[in-house]
Amino acid sequence: MSELLQFLFSGVTVGAVYALVALGFTIIYNASDVVNFAQGEFVMLGGMITWFAHAAGLPLPLAALIAIAATAALGVAMNKLAIEPARGAPVVSLIIITIGASIFIQGAAQLVFDKQIHSFPAFSGDDPIRIGGATILPQSLWVIGGALATFVGLWVFFTRTLLGRAVLATSNNRLAAQLVGINTNFVMTLSFALSAGIGALAGVLATPITLTSYGVGIGFALKGFAGAMLGGMGNPKGALVGGFAIGLIEAMTAGYLSSQYKDAAAFIMILLVLFFMPQGLFGRKSTDRV
Amino acid sequence: MKLSAKTATLLVLALMIAVTPFFFPSGYYYRVGALIFVNGIAVTGIVILTGYAGQISLGHAGFAGIGAYACALAPVHLGLHPALAVVLGAAISAVLAWLVGRPILRLKGYYLGVATLGFGILVSMVLNNERDLTRGPDGIDVPELGLRAVLKGWGLDMTNGQFWYFFCGLILILGAWLALNLYDSPTGRALRALHGSEIAARTVGVDVARMKLQAFVISAVYASVSGSLLALQNKFITPDVAGFMHSIEMVTMAVLGGVGSILGAILGAGILTLLPQVLTVFAEYEQLVLGLVMMLVMIFLREGLLPSILRRLRGTGE
Repeated sequence: MSELLQFLFSGVTVGAVYALVALGFTIIYNASDVVNFAQGEFVMLGGMITWFAHAAGLPLPLAALIAIAATAALGVAMNKLAIEPARGAPVVSLIIITIGASIFIQGAAQLVFDKQIHSFPAFSGDDPIRIGGATILPQSLWVIGGALATFVGLWVFFTRTLLGRAVLATSNNRLAAQLVGINTNFVMTLSFALSAGIGALAGVLATPITLTSYGVGIGFALKGFAGAMLGGMGNPKGALVGGFAIGLIEAMTAGYLSSQYKDAAAFIMILLVLFFMPQGLFGRKSTDRV
Repeated sequence: MKLSAKTATLLVLALMIAVTPFFFPSGYYYRVGALIFVNGIAVTGIVILTGYAGQISLGHAGFAGIGAYACALAPVHLGLHPALAVVLGAAISAVLAWLVGRPILRLKGYYLGVATLGFGILVSMVLNNERDLTRGPDGIDVPELGLRAVLKGWGLDMTNGQFWYFFCGLILILGAWLALNLYDSPTGRALRALHGSEIAARTVGVDVARMKLQAFVISAVYASVSGSLLALQNKFITPDVAGFMHSIEMVTMAVLGGVGSILGAILGAGILTLLPQVLTVFAEYEQLVLGLVMMLVMIFLREGLLPSILRRLRGTGE
């Protein structure tokens, strides 16, 4: 029983990270119909920049803030320099552009930082909390709390603020949104900033547990994408649930089946979801316009 | 005399393969050339899948991995001749592509990309983890093909580099010839039709699902043969051959040169294979440059290098 609980804790912890990545995917996908394969690099940058700034002597909270702001700025730059110029390009081109951006960011991180594995201290110490025979790290609570708080924040933003509703309007119909006076270019910029910032936040929260290096991004991107897809592409609630689900499936696979193949769990999930419920848990069935 | 586009492509390719060695400053360049051809074979498969049929795969390195490990394992465990191991690998890849492709190819765009990516990663995970069979990430030795010795017996004495250069070049020409024939065949026309619009193609009686599956299986065989040749040439292989980066490289090569044109795609293979050789001094910059090239080409030269250049030469402008 305590074993199951232990797997549950670790599953919820990584699941929270995947949920944050999935939320980032969802925001960009809704605003622009682009699936951003570089989403995982935002997580990597969040961790790496925080480590770098902290190692340079800045206090941890300030380092984390700098990391999130810098990553958000990079997200905006990516939109302006790589996504906007390619508007209307076929999906194949957009996939290659965002994968190119991902490889480019990795290459840049290798040069600016280094190729080592890094970490920084956990926010509230490393003494595990015992619950029912299993233990959970205080940092895990930070990660889970961060994911939930982000979700609630986004929900309030999208449903209760004028700006958030402008983003929703743009995702529903770009042209119609323009016609009622919404600055859709600004909406795009905002979406990329928000998405990159959330990714960086995930990196900041998770790094004391998962560690970071220049190459960790792609794994986060794929698992986050699996979560977003499981929940139903474009649905924030689905992204949250899907992310946690992928984390749990992964932890249970590692615990009970094979830790070598734990990464396979997410991909097998992706394939199963695609075959049997392409619209995901919360997605709407889509129809093609001819 | 006016040459058909097909004959012209094959002639250009054959001439390039035959003439370039006269300009090689050292024997090492035969090896680089052979690598370009090996990548060219895989990329020709991508042209069939992406250029003709409009489907994307981010997991084709998985098939290259199967072809490569078939050459490493079948001669040792099944006692097959390495040449037959190439055929076995291609057959396994074809069957697997058929099985996986049936459900996967119903998907479009991003979903197809991620599903194929997942497939590729599963293959590379198996190659990494089944150490008893594959020896894991450290890689495994591959037996000698033995054809060079046979040719020597016939009085055709070549260095190892020369042999692989001309052998892979020959197979590349064969692969390009088959792909060009496919383009003009009813299947090729059906593929191009469904690339334009699946619904329109279906309306005029194209069996869209079957056609897509055919293109997927054929391109998987190209990737598998390419992996086999790489393994046999290096006499050693690691699971990296099936890795995500290799899949991405294949697609990038094709798209860089021009995914709609065989010659263009092979040009892309040439550029991206040469890039690391040129950049050896700047090894740390390799990823940076690769990512940058991918973005720039897709933003500014959407059709790829060769079609864009040809268009400019013909003066039709954009």
